[in-house]
Amino acid sequence: MIGPLMAVVKKEFIQISRDIRTLIFLLFIPGFLLLLYGFALNFDVQHIPLAVCDQDRSVDSRELVGAFTNTEYFDLVARLDDPREVDSLMGRESFRIVLVIPRGFGNNLQAGRNASVQILLDGANAQSASTAAGYASAIIEGRSLKLTMESLSRAGAGKVALPLRMETRVWYNPELKSVNFLIPGLMAFLLAIIVVVSTAFSIVREKERGTMEQLRVSPLKPIELIVGKTVPYVFISLVSSHIILLLSRVLFGVTIKGDYGLLLLAMLVFLLGGLGQGLLISTVTRTQQVAFQIAILTTMLPTFILSGFVFPVRNMPVVIQAVTYLVPAKYFLIALRSVILKGVGGRAFWPQILFMLAFAALTLGLSIIRLRRPDEEDRTRRRKGKNIP
Amino acid sequence: MSSAIESVGLSKSFGDIRAVRDLTLEVPSGIMFALVGPDGAGKTTTIRMFCGLLQPTSGSVKIQGRDLAVDRGRVLRDIGYLSQRFSLYGDLSVDENIEFFARLHKVAEFKKRREELLNFTRLEPFRHRLAERLSGGMRQKLSLACTLIHTPRVLFLDEPTTGVDPVSRRDFWKILSNLLKTGITIVMTTPYLDEAERCSRVGLIHEGKLVVVDTPQALKSRLHGAVIELVCTEIRRAFAVLKAAPEAAEVQLFGDRLNLVVQDPEHDAPALEARLAREGIEILDKRIIRPSLENVFISLTQ
Amino acid sequence: MSSNSIVVTALTKAFGKFVAVEGISFSCARGEIFGFLGANGAGKSTTIRMLCGLLAPTSGRATVGGFDIEREPEKVKAHIGYMSQKFSLYEDLTVEENISFFGGAYGLSRAAIHGRLPWVVEMAGLKGREQSLTRTLSAGWKQRLALGCAILHEPEIVFLDEPTGGVDPVSRRNFWELINRLSEKGVTIFVTTHYLDEAEYCNDIRLIHAGRLVAGGSPRELKRIYIKNPILEVECDTVVDALESLQKEPWVIETSIFGTYLHVSVADEAEGRARLVRFFVARDIAVRRIERIMPSLEDVFIQRIEEENRGRREKGI
Repeated sequence: MIGPLMAVVKKEFIQISRDIRTLIFLLFIPGFLLLLYGFALNFDVQHIPLAVCDQDRSVDSRELVGAFTNTEYFDLVARLDDPREVDSLMGRESFRIVLVIPRGFGNNLQAGRNASVQILLDGANAQSASTAAGYASAIIEGRSLKLTMESLSRAGAGKVALPLRMETRVWYNPELKSVNFLIPGLMAFLLAIIVVVSTAFSIVREKERGTMEQLRVSPLKPIELIVGKTVPYVFISLVSSHIILLLSRVLFGVTIKGDYGLLLLAMLVFLLGGLGQGLLISTVTRTQQVAFQIAILTTMLPTFILSGFVFPVRNMPVVIQAVTYLVPAKYFLIALRSVILKGVGGRAFWPQILFMLAFAALTLGLSIIRLRRPDEEDRTRRRKGKNIP
Repeated sequence: MSSAIESVGLSKSFGDIRAVRDLTLEVPSGIMFALVGPDGAGKTTTIRMFCGLLQPTSGSVKIQGRDLAVDRGRVLRDIGYLSQRFSLYGDLSVDENIEFFARLHKVAEFKKRREELLNFTRLEPFRHRLAERLSGGMRQKLSLACTLIHTPRVLFLDEPTTGVDPVSRRDFWKILSNLLKTGITIVMTTPYLDEAERCSRVGLIHEGKLVVVDTPQALKSRLHGAVIELVCTEIRRAFAVLKAAPEAAEVQLFGDRLNLVVQDPEHDAPALEARLAREGIEILDKRIIRPSLENVFISLTQ
Repeated sequence: MSSNSIVVTALTKAFGKFVAVEGISFSCARGEIFGFLGANGAGKSTTIRMLCGLLAPTSGRATVGGFDIEREPEKVKAHIGYMSQKFSLYEDLTVEENISFFGGAYGLSRAAIHGRLPWVVEMAGLKGREQSLTRTLSAGWKQRLALGCAILHEPEIVFLDEPTGGVDPVSRRNFWELINRLSEKGVTIFVTTHYLDEAEYCNDIRLIHAGRLVAGGSPRELKRIYIKNPILEVECDTVVDALESLQKEPWVIETSIFGTYLHVSVADEAEGRARLVRFFVARDIAVRRIERIMPSLEDVFIQRIEEENRGRREKGI
């Protein structure tokens, strides 16, 4: 058994090493995408472009503006003279939030009257608009509180303390850096695509070239063919995933809190499922083009949208939530986050490992069954009326 | 064991289409056998059943006395198959391709055999070249080498010279002829009757049925009558005249001559010459030639 | 209008340093079936593409149907028909739909197509099957349909690219009879092929090798003029064993197995016969017959090419 199997493995490695394009796809694109997404995908909202229309120009108004611009949350990008300009400029200009301080603001404050300011928002990006509004309101409330306390102490109330205080502690991701949240997701995303596409390609290439037939007349058993063809891609996927881990550490400071061995286990099981999926695709397609399309469709979208990579599953409608149970990346992601971010032991995610194993078993099993049927290709050809050459 | 292949009542249907019907054939060992027929006649389907690539709808196949349905694994070890498409790995070199197939067939000491084959096919100087950079003729030879690496006793070639230029084709035939010395049996399919003439036994297949099997010489002698090659003026008009004549069983028009099949040369030939003379057509040359397999095929299938 | 429908003068095509076609000259008479033979890569396809107005020559001239291929390629295209190997028909269209499509592609009006349709159908013998899907037709019918589609616009010159490979003998004969009828009407047929038995149907043949014309004439002329070495057919026992030792003999130029016979190519017939007899007697092999046979076009082709190659090697090309 070893002879034919090793022959297939050796052949695959030689072919991969000679196929520069695929090699780049498998090894460098993940790193490149990681860089891209890692730096670009950032849920931390900072440096929101702010425009200020200060009609009061008093010490108080300047202090209020200062309260906004001294934080990382807002960047002052424009000064407007007239609030009416806002209508025409909002949306076209680079600012997304406008602070309008009317004339008389400072006087009202000093006189102990209500001094209101206006916040105008670009609602086109609803999410960041609400975040910006939240920050703005927090700044204003904080300022309001501070001013109140100052006037109270001037009035002789002594040092005043706030009745309620909030102490926050964040587990697992103390800096609340979204990158820590995203990296495991990115890993799952990239691995899913790599392993499924390359495995699907590998078998379909044989079919396209006609060598499949030659193999069927040899003593090679279907199982030997499958193992022989997938081993190199498991190997390469593992290399790919370690490149991603390394880059994550170097560029984004993501470290593995948990046991490396467990991480490897989770990866292997997930890869196995990916292999099965790729194989199954290759048994139903005949050209590399179609195989590629199906592979991308069944990995990219489900992994991006339904695995919990970006959008929390719990926020989805119940029906969709049910669908996510079929996405292997979802389980992988839970396992990954457990090991990388939380550093917990296997007990926390053994159900996920089991699900992934089940998926792998199902897809691999189906593939083997399909590969065993020899007549199939001829039957399809005849049905389509093509002349059997 | 004297038969390389024995098939009894072999049939294959794809839905309503009966591709091969009731094929009963015996191919003795050590010869070159050609299965001839036009596209769609069932040649490839037949050979694929012989190789175990296709399951027959009914009937049986025995290769070297072993039943294919029962003993497939064992049979596969002794046969080689060269499919119509060049099924080689373009991104592997000549050496690497042969090595791959050697290991696939668990050939223990393949290096020596590989040297033999490379010399035999004269591919030795190209051994490190990638298969996709070889010419059509060389790829054909490489495919053959890969098929022979495990020293099969029966070799199946499916239309091996289709699309190959004449010089390479002749080279290929030389290689095949030399192979026969080793006692191997070669079974090939071809739509070219002239190629079939090179084989020592020919089976004509037409619309899924095996019409006849015999040596080319015997087949030709079955033809009643003789074939006359005629060169004359205005061959197209001569063609029209002769086609209408009852004495000519068959008339074929070539670029510069006519071939006639007559049942009784002594009687029919002069009659035909007379007809031509009456039309003012002058005969420049005439000879009796040997019938071709095409003549045989046409007379048998009409 | 001259009586030649194709005239080629010193046509050359080079792709950078590689000279694909070098100084070829020939002419085809109207209504002739002209054969252009050569292996793939010999310059055949390049020449055809130039003649069809698809490729501009590097030097030399050619007129097809009276139109210069370099200066009036569009006119050339309008006056020729082209039928390719393995038939460029759409399998999933019906017979009628294919005819309509090609008619449209050649710029025929709907009325014109409507007028031609019955003629094509009749010629192809497909009356009553106009609505059949093309893929259900057997190779022989497809071939005729493809020819029909290629001549919808009644061109004066038709290019046939390896038209009859793999088709059954009866269909093939019918096809060539059809071609001959066309040719009688004055249509020039330009056949390109590397299947030498197809060349037998041509009136005049040119052989191209490594970009140059190396032989020309009718099939019989080619067999007579270009075969230097007579071919003897030997009927004896143990053909396979005899082959190997025979190949080693210095007076044997070429030998091959033909079924149960041997074909031996020698320098001189009389001497060859004598030597053969001595050879077999020395090995105690019974010989029943030695006969000189007519060479096939393939023999001519191969001998000619080997001569060419030898000549080029000697010149150091």
